Amino acid sequence: MRYIFKKLGMMIITLLVVSICVFLAFSIIPGDPAMRMLGTEASPELVEQTRQEMGLNDPVLVRYFKWFLGFIRGDFGISYNYKVPVGGMVLSKVPITLTMAVMAFILTVLISIPLGITTAKHENSLLDRCLTVINQVIMAIPPFFSGILITFIFGMIFRFFTPGGFVSYTTDLGKFIRYLFFPSLAIALPKISMTVRMLRGSLIDESQKDYTRTAYSRGNNTDGVLYRHVLKNAMIPVITFLGMALADMVAGSIVIEQVFGIPGISRILLTSISNRDYPVVEAIIMGIAVIVILVNFLVDVIYRIIDPRIGLEDE
Amino acid sequence: MEIILDVTDLHIEFHDHDQPEVAVEDFDLMLGRGEIVGIVGESGSGKSMSALAIAGLLNRKSLTKSGRIMFNGTDLLTCDRNILRSYQGDEISIIFQEPMTSLNPVKRIGWQVEESLFIHHPEISKAVRKEMAIKTLYSVGLSDAEKVYRMYPHELSGGMRQRVMIAAAMIGNPKILIADEPTTALDVTVQAQIVELLKKLNRERKTSIIFISHDLSLVSQLCERVIVMQKGNIVESGKTKKVFKRPGNIYTKRLIAAIPKIELR
Amino acid sequence: MSNPGKAFKRNIRENPYLLAGMIITALILLMILVGIFWTPYDPTQMNSAEKLQGISLRHIMGTDNMGRDVFSRVMYGSRITLLIAIGTVAIGTIVGTAIGAVTGYFGGMMDEILMRIIDALFAFPSILLALVIVSVFGTGWIQLLVALGIAFVPSYARIVRGEFLRCRNMDYVENARLQGVSDLRMIFVHILPNIKGVLASSILIGFNNAVLAEAGLSYLGVGSQPPYASLGKMLSDAQQYMFTTPSYVLCPGIVIVLMVLGFAFLGEGISRWK
Repeated sequence: MRYIFKKLGMMIITLLVVSICVFLAFSIIPGDPAMRMLGTEASPELVEQTRQEMGLNDPVLVRYFKWFLGFIRGDFGISYNYKVPVGGMVLSKVPITLTMAVMAFILTVLISIPLGITTAKHENSLLDRCLTVINQVIMAIPPFFSGILITFIFGMIFRFFTPGGFVSYTTDLGKFIRYLFFPSLAIALPKISMTVRMLRGSLIDESQKDYTRTAYSRGNNTDGVLYRHVLKNAMIPVITFLGMALADMVAGSIVIEQVFGIPGISRILLTSISNRDYPVVEAIIMGIAVIVILVNFLVDVIYRIIDPRIGLEDE
Repeated sequence: MEIILDVTDLHIEFHDHDQPEVAVEDFDLMLGRGEIVGIVGESGSGKSMSALAIAGLLNRKSLTKSGRIMFNGTDLLTCDRNILRSYQGDEISIIFQEPMTSLNPVKRIGWQVEESLFIHHPEISKAVRKEMAIKTLYSVGLSDAEKVYRMYPHELSGGMRQRVMIAAAMIGNPKILIADEPTTALDVTVQAQIVELLKKLNRERKTSIIFISHDLSLVSQLCERVIVMQKGNIVESGKTKKVFKRPGNIYTKRLIAAIPKIELR
Repeated sequence: MSNPGKAFKRNIRENPYLLAGMIITALILLMILVGIFWTPYDPTQMNSAEKLQGISLRHIMGTDNMGRDVFSRVMYGSRITLLIAIGTVAIGTIVGTAIGAVTGYFGGMMDEILMRIIDALFAFPSILLALVIVSVFGTGWIQLLVALGIAFVPSYARIVRGEFLRCRNMDYVENARLQGVSDLRMIFVHILPNIKGVLASSILIGFNNAVLAEAGLSYLGVGSQPPYASLGKMLSDAQQYMFTTPSYVLCPGIVIVLMVLGFAFLGEGISRWK
């Protein structure tokens, strides 16, 4: 229990550090946000009044706390460009990006774990050697290029889906998920390769440890040793990796959404970056940071459950 | 005495390098019911290899084995893997030198102690299994058996872990227990306790023990018969007392001379 | 063992990864080197008569939507991609090693604070970090290089710090300390050379990540500006012509893949070195 509280405390500190970094990064940018909001032709009085309303004349620390408290309450500020609350702009897009990331994660787990086990079990078999090379090749393909290739192969040649034919989750959930399958696959592909590689290595390392000999001496067959003894030990490093991979997938979806023409978070983020619409950028970055940090916390908890040695010094 | 294990002409060869390496040559061993036999020799003498071969744990590809290991009318060297497995952990158990690494770090002690029951006697219910595990843990001198049952290996000391290993090996009441340098990694006081424990289990359960060690004084305390090995060969064997009193081989003499005098009683 | 030339020959023979990695990397480097002095066409020369052509003898990778020779542009773009990757890894390695060495060697309060920040940044996907930095400093290939470099700092800092923590209490360090070696000398002369193996392999991996990240960011349009396009930018421009002129998309894409693959194979080959 103490371990979990400690990790919870760390999570909150990390969150604070990230929020300070993000806030500072965007407050050192040259240029007056009030001016940007009103346009260059606005009168100096109006600019000053707006500055006052936006709280831009307050000290940095006060502004930070206002912004941070607002963020916690779900008030992300007002878009410079569209003059509407950021929350309304962004929140409806969140399910699209998250669904894609989660689907990619599920694909990764479902495909890579059986493959990792098979290749480790038949080390140096033809399948194993082919997969090692294939994994290297897949890891060398930039995700958006595999997205382009997937669009080309499955969209144009096999016509499994219509490129650009995105259906929103509000219209048809089934079609929405079906459309997201191939983008998710594009996000998942490099992660699958990395996970297979990692799990295979971890399984081979673990199966050379002394306790596997003990397991054989009790009359276990190969599968018994593998599934009852080695797998759980071998999964420990893989889980850390999968946690980081999930965070990466949320970020990776930014690129893939562009390839497949999906109106998720990425489109708003990119237009906001080029329009210098900072409240929107801040909100999205912080949102992703919260997800990343939460995932890391969950990984720590799962870790504790799987590996009884973790957090020993606290108890 | 009823012979339960008969090893003849055991020959083990490694092929890791360009030249084949002989690890064990012409190894013979007859083990009676309830007997304790010691195998001594320095590291690399082939004593552990012979033990692993008897326990059926030498399965690397780069290795050839010949000879016969007869147990229950089957030759463990050539029999079907399934038959071998049906003996492993049930009729023939083994404990190792490194209690620190020989237990699975992420599984509870109880689970590991029960495992051979789970494998060989699936008809036994979970509750009975637990009862038997706690009883066995208690019988190997872990008085806090209920608590140990729920613990993880890293929470125990080396001596306690070796007791757990012994409990896991003994839970199915095997006919043969192979102890491969079980005390080497432990403190001297704990060593003596483990030797006493093995003696007690041998007496109470009539389990035959093959005790492998480089420590002659421990062997002399425990074993009725001893086999001395050097460079893969048996150089001397016989009643422990006789071998110790009148060693017929130079190597044995040297080994005996190396024992600190105070321990030779 | 005694003869390095012989060991090299044996490894080349028994280790297909090493050979493949060396061949692919050599080809890419050759292409880039030649591209500095000579390209078949001027990479910025437009030609409205030869738009979007497929692979031919005249244009071995076809032409783009403005009639420019794709192969010439690939030769040029690979150079930009390579330079950005080298710059990124250099910034990441130098700054990361400095932070990791100082925090790992001295420890204490500063270590705690710096590592909290580094951990927070490390948990953050690097592409996102780079996007934040680009959105602060603006777009362009120098900004991109700096952004990626900063995004790569945390991972190097963590690796180097871990190694320094490990080495800090080793006998040879204690020994040097007893002889009165200064801290600075200790860090650079005594400890750093001992972790060069770990550093080298993370530089190889980092190089590949940099190429991939640069491609991704350029694809999002925050990288190099026309007319000097990196490979990622070329891909991004080419995507809409995928169905009419596949060669325009495939050629730069395959060159990126080969670039990364060459280094990945080299890394794999070195790790299997006997």
